[in-house]
Amino acid sequence: MFAYVVRRAIAGMVLLVVMSFVTFMLFFASPIDPGRFACGKSCPPALIKQTDKALGFDKPWPVQWKDFAVGVVKGRHYPEDPALRKSAPELIARCPAPCLGYSKVNSATVTEELKDKIPVSFSIAIVALVLWIGGGVTLGAIAALTKGSVIDRGVVGMSLIFYSFPTFWIGLFLLEFVAIKWGLVAVPSYTPIADGGPWGWLSNLFLPALTLALFYMAGYVRMTRAFVLESMGEDYLRTAKAKGVVPHRILMKHTMRAALTPLVTMAGLDFAGLLGGAVITETVFNFNGLGKLAVDSIATFDLPTTIGLVLLLAAIVIIANIVVDILYAFIDPRVRVG
Amino acid sequence: MSFLSVRDLVVHFPTVDGVVKATEGLSYELERGKTLGIVGESGSGKSVSSSAILGLHRGSNAQVSGEILLDGVDLLKINDETIRRKRGREVSMIFQDPLSAMHPYYTVGNQIMEAYRVHHDVSQKQARTRTIEMLDRVGIPQPDRRVDDYPHQFSGGMRQRAMIAMALINDPGLLIADEPTTALDVTVQAQILDLLQDLQREFNSAIIIITHDLGVVAEMADDVLVMYAGRAVEYGPTREILVHPEMPYTWGLLSSVPDVLGDTDAKLIPIRGNPPSLLTPPPGCAFHPRCDHRDKVPGDLCRTTLPLLTPARAGGNHVKRCHLANPDEVYATEILPEIAPDLVEEQA
Repeated sequence: MFAYVVRRAIAGMVLLVVMSFVTFMLFFASPIDPGRFACGKSCPPALIKQTDKALGFDKPWPVQWKDFAVGVVKGRHYPEDPALRKSAPELIARCPAPCLGYSKVNSATVTEELKDKIPVSFSIAIVALVLWIGGGVTLGAIAALTKGSVIDRGVVGMSLIFYSFPTFWIGLFLLEFVAIKWGLVAVPSYTPIADGGPWGWLSNLFLPALTLALFYMAGYVRMTRAFVLESMGEDYLRTAKAKGVVPHRILMKHTMRAALTPLVTMAGLDFAGLLGGAVITETVFNFNGLGKLAVDSIATFDLPTTIGLVLLLAAIVIIANIVVDILYAFIDPRVRVG
Repeated sequence: MSFLSVRDLVVHFPTVDGVVKATEGLSYELERGKTLGIVGESGSGKSVSSSAILGLHRGSNAQVSGEILLDGVDLLKINDETIRRKRGREVSMIFQDPLSAMHPYYTVGNQIMEAYRVHHDVSQKQARTRTIEMLDRVGIPQPDRRVDDYPHQFSGGMRQRAMIAMALINDPGLLIADEPTTALDVTVQAQILDLLQDLQREFNSAIIIITHDLGVVAEMADDVLVMYAGRAVEYGPTREILVHPEMPYTWGLLSSVPDVLGDTDAKLIPIRGNPPSLLTPPPGCAFHPRCDHRDKVPGDLCRTTLPLLTPARAGGNHVKRCHLANPDEVYATEILPEIAPDLVEEQA
């Protein structure tokens, strides 16, 4: 098991290196002049040149990639050129390890930017996960147990309706009506636990999380329904029945255990995807998460931030995959590896 | 009165295409310590009729009628909770494929302990001790270690042994074994059958063994019930039926088994055609479309009239469902020389 985890971790690292390489190549293939955007709109050519030099954009891209990789491990300082440091000391910026670059647009290191936004996206994702797993599994199981009835059709139909509505529509609806017009809840704005306590944190997350949960729930309702129905036809349920096990215990212990296992994979990967920021939801509710940062950095051609984000998201997805695989080994004894 | 007495059991499944008549008026008796073999092709109603004893059709759309008396109690009349308390305690079942019949995510021990704790108010530890005892009894080596293994870590034969341990842990009076050896290889089959016989002697339980293998029947059963299209077509003591079978379908089964009479030169003659649809069974005798002897019966009787179960010999308890007037003669002159030439020579 340990050897397996180490193997997967090493493979993940290699994948990340490749990812960063590809990302660098992509951006240098694009016709963007990063120095111009970093410097600002009405920047004279001399200043653009200086910015290029300060941030290292003037070097060939393999060298930039090498500097970047070293920065991740050791940290780096801008500008590296000693002559420039002396002539323009106002440009000096420290970027301690792990340094993912320096965003001139936001005058902050990418690592700092990400550190600020991660809690926001993580909070939305975790609350949404709880809502959609709780709702999806419960409704899916109810639908399976009442298969063919009005309840079954109602549940599946409703979940499809929510699935069909675009996220921005549901988000705007909840914001406009539930929060503003009807005043059922306060207009949400992200509040860290440190400021508002657990309740302040949670109540502000409810609407954005619900927006996401309604979308994801549809898939989980249908999946749960299918898996429960499938496992209800299994021979081992007949065995449990033939042993005289009470019906609710057959459902909770035997049916659900088998039905929920495949959902772990789905939930893990969906959660990882959401950690990278829910672009639309964060924009609708004006939450400063990773999704909003991604949109903003692309709109302002903030290259260092974009590259940092891409790598962070890649790392999250890779880690989530490893975690799901390890979890799976604990849940399903048949896939346990030596 | 017998320990188990099934009378006029009918199991129908309504479907959109019509009613599937899986069992049509089945009756049999079974005493404690005795074994009944139910034989027939796939889809002849063997499993369906036996599942009805445990009430496994409850909660589905099956229509079950008739009487199933176990120790004088009609299992079809009692409520769901009462039959649940009897499942696994008074009547147990083991299934054909022990891999799919065990939950893949729980240890073998966990599943056997559950069977025990459903019916006994004991601690986890006591149940575990009892489970290890049972695993030891069914011949699983190192039971105190294997108890924590998962089903996929057991071999096929071991899994079936574990299933038997699970079925017998509450010492039930009746054990239904639904093709217990079909998924196992031949050497393991013999071990499992021996084990079942040993345990039967030890616990004095009644066993219903469902199979399509007449070899299993010859070894295990005191009585045989041959089923075709949901009905009993021949029923009686095993020796009687293996030596003097009277129904062409039973002859067909015997002809398609290589070693039942211990003759290696014998021909293997499969029964032609396919089992009938239970949705629209043929009129008259359900077997007539596949029967080679229907022309020996005058007046198209096989095609028009369902034969009744009648005694093969006056006063005997061997009954058959066939219009043939001289079955013993047909068997001796037409069937036996084909499938057991040695035996015919010996007698001559």
